[in-house]
Amino acid sequence: MPSDEERGAAPAREAKTPPQNEASTREGNTAMEQSRELTPPPLPPRPLHNLMNDPSASPASLRLSTRSSRPRLLSQATTALSLADAHPPSRSESIGASDTPSSRPVSRKQSPSRTVGSNDPGDQDDSASLKSYAPTRDPRFDGESIIGDISKYVPSPAWKALSSQVERDDPLEQLDPKTDYYSLQIEHEFDEIPPIDADGSNEEALLELWKTKLKHFFILSASGKPIYSRHGDDQLISNYIGIAQTLISFYQGAGDQLKGFTAGDTRFVMLSKGPLNLVAVSRLGESDVQLRTQLESLYMQILSTLTLPSMEKMFSNRPSTDLRRPLAGTDVLLDGLADGFTRGSPSTLLSALECLRLRKTHRQAINDTLLKVRLPGLLYGLIVAAGRLVSVVRPKKHSLHPGDLHLIFNMLFEAGSVKAGGGENWIPLCLPGFNNTGYLYMYVSFFSTLENSVPGSERPSSSGKDDELAIVLISANREGFFELQKMRNDLVAQLEKNGSMAVIKAAIRKGHASCSDIVPNTALRHFLYKSRGNVQFTMPSFEPYYHGLVARRRLMTLYATLHDSIHSRTAHLKVQHCVAHDAVALAWETPLFELYCVAGPQASREALTEGANRVVRWIRREEERVFIIGGAVF
Amino acid sequence: MADSSAPKPSSSVKLVLLGEAAVGKSSLVLRFVNDDFQPNKEPTIGAAFLTQKCQLPTRTIKFEIWDTAGQERFASLAPMYYRNAQAALVVYDITKESSLVKAKHWVAELQRQASPGIVIALVGNKLDLCEDDEEAAEEESSGASATAAADDEEGEESEAAAESTENNDEGNNSTARKVSLKEAKSYADEENLLFFETSAKSGHNVGEVFTAIANAIPETSLKGRNAGAAAGAGTQAALTGANENSRVNLNAASGDGGPKEGCAC
Ligand SMILES: Nc1nc2c(ncn2[C@@H]2O[C@H](COP(=O)(O)OP(=O)(O)OP(=O)(O)O)[C@@H](O)[C@H]2O)c(=O)[nH]1
Ligand SMILES: [Mg+2]
Repeated sequence: MPSDEERGAAPAREAKTPPQNEASTREGNTAMEQSRELTPPPLPPRPLHNLMNDPSASPASLRLSTRSSRPRLLSQATTALSLADAHPPSRSESIGASDTPSSRPVSRKQSPSRTVGSNDPGDQDDSASLKSYAPTRDPRFDGESIIGDISKYVPSPAWKALSSQVERDDPLEQLDPKTDYYSLQIEHEFDEIPPIDADGSNEEALLELWKTKLKHFFILSASGKPIYSRHGDDQLISNYIGIAQTLISFYQGAGDQLKGFTAGDTRFVMLSKGPLNLVAVSRLGESDVQLRTQLESLYMQILSTLTLPSMEKMFSNRPSTDLRRPLAGTDVLLDGLADGFTRGSPSTLLSALECLRLRKTHRQAINDTLLKVRLPGLLYGLIVAAGRLVSVVRPKKHSLHPGDLHLIFNMLFEAGSVKAGGGENWIPLCLPGFNNTGYLYMYVSFFSTLENSVPGSERPSSSGKDDELAIVLISANREGFFELQKMRNDLVAQLEKNGSMAVIKAAIRKGHASCSDIVPNTALRHFLYKSRGNVQFTMPSFEPYYHGLVARRRLMTLYATLHDSIHSRTAHLKVQHCVAHDAVALAWETPLFELYCVAGPQASREALTEGANRVVRWIRREEERVFIIGGAVF
Repeated sequence: MADSSAPKPSSSVKLVLLGEAAVGKSSLVLRFVNDDFQPNKEPTIGAAFLTQKCQLPTRTIKFEIWDTAGQERFASLAPMYYRNAQAALVVYDITKESSLVKAKHWVAELQRQASPGIVIALVGNKLDLCEDDEEAAEEESSGASATAAADDEEGEESEAAAESTENNDEGNNSTARKVSLKEAKSYADEENLLFFETSAKSGHNVGEVFTAIANAIPETSLKGRNAGAAAGAGTQAALTGANENSRVNLNAASGDGGPKEGCAC
């Protein structure tokens, strides 16, 4: 619909037009309800009436607020962006919900509407003023927009360091020594802590080293036995495990679960799961919700190794069971997950998967091939390229849980054991989202996608992550290896024959498109777009703006902040705009998608808004290329 | 050295690797298949399936290798892998005593449960960690006591070296050896096993293990595309040193003395 596109291009003018576009007629609330369940979901019925009754379901484009009722002071100190015109005041539910001040998003000190990147805490204190509170109490604004508000956010030192690392537009800006220390630390975050000497002489020094880590994860049994720690061995951390155990059991004894607390600039979050207690400790400014999601994922990995019934049985037989033994070797997988969280993973943040961008006809050909070579023993089949999904084949009645897929991807692409070995693998694993009581068996074979590699040949062991293509076939039959091996051979032969393999390899080699390829001449530097119905996301390359660990972590922290701001329980935000000295960013949520955009510090909010609108239009055009819709279902 | 001009009879051999976690099973396979070594190899999950050809003077052996995970929770899956195997490589770590105990358990299980003709090789890996011992290999009973003595002298340093065998590559320390050559060798002789000490890191003796296994597989149990032709080559195969109908101990000379010919590795 060209008219839609034009409308988007001139957002401010079209203020009164209720949005109607093709995306909105295809997707509806039903899609959302199904979204959690599977990737990709079967195409849901598309209720057209949604659109008529609930204009908020699909804002066609983002508009700068033109509401004159907005208090003036908001618009100069901070930047406001509003969907006001897409949400007629008749949307009483969101207005009603925000009648009391308590409905204002308040999570913890990094509250949703913070503005990031300021380096001088003093500057925040004296500007902590009415302006940050008054407007959000006005029910009219809740549910449409919240302002990036400088005053109430006190950035954590880690965040300050990360933001100051990469881009300093203000040459006069100063780094205090502590800030410098944090930015150095992230570079050493993943360095291993050596073991304690036999005479314990280096214990003190090692503990100091241990304390420099910006992020910790612990898992302990209900009886206080250490099961996992990302950094430091049992001996080194036993005191701390003891303290954690004491705290947790004290509150449990009082019938009042300890969920989290803050000490200095460090946030502690606890999650209790049956016989296990999991603890996350972060100085990276993540929200409780985000940390808890990370802990859930670690817990799923444990279930994936043991299955729920067998873990419960171990503990009911012997409450003092040492789970380290049955879990032996799982540390690398937990480390892989943990480090992914610390580096910042869009996939975890959004609880969604990324797909390889392919033409619809190409993807269809691959799906057809999968269905053609399918053997009866197959439950799920995946083709995964460099951590991105190419295609899925699955039975109609079973879906794939994004959490399960995350565990598989972590095993294949983060932990080295499967990938590095060469050859084919046969891996028993439990997919807890699918069924946490039993094992499935996973056939995995990797290919190099380098130009002149012989198909199916052993990979050069040095080949990097980005040219890896994996075929993953899952069966419930533990003797099914050779059946699935045959299927894989047939699959590869067919894909070679019909040219799909070449298409896949070319797409992998091409990598992510840069942001300026997707939306030329844009102010945007990066974005994350999550399709809620498909439980998938897409993004451009991190290059050239976010090169390296520090820059990437900094970007992910910004995304995490935005994400938090539109997801915290009390938030009714649809658009969140955030200004920092090194970036301007916005989050935009609709029932169909979540979009997070980041532009350079000089970008105007108009430019940012325009970029966001263009991304949405691009997605609308490319939807069936960047997302797997339906997949191969049998 | 293999003469590739004339097509040789080829047959496949199913081989399984068993042994305690972290003794170096995957590393041995990686050395054999890719001639590569990774200092910090992660534990195998489940099992890996690899193939590699081995050229003998008279025939080509295609190994179909199951590299199993040593972690205890995977032990119940092992029968699936050794059930049809014609050969097994039972690996222990010469710097870790418990790993030989575990190896003996595997040997016993194989003798009880695997197919009767299975060729078993006992392999003591990580020889590079105790290279100094090798000169004194003849008198390693004294090597053991030297270990104890050195412990006293060097205190925590040597202990640390011994304890971190799993990921310490710099521990080239004569105190690292915890399983004497003599002990393992006499056990292997008793049980009629092939026996080697290897280093996946240096590649020492790795090819030899597989060649010895290839030679030790009874001709009659070889099936393959050219099985008919292979029968004719039987006498020649016997001349290479492998006695077809037996589990001859190929490494009487131990260590370096193993057959050197022909593995494509
Ligand atoms: N110095 C030395 N280290 C070795 C040697 N072989 C293996 N390693 C190291 O020992 C560790 C374990 O090796 P793996 O090959 O993974 O052991 P594995 O037997 O396959 O272990 P699982 O798969 O868990 O059963 C790795 O860090 C290897 O680098 C060797 O010959 N010398
Ligand atoms: Mg292994």
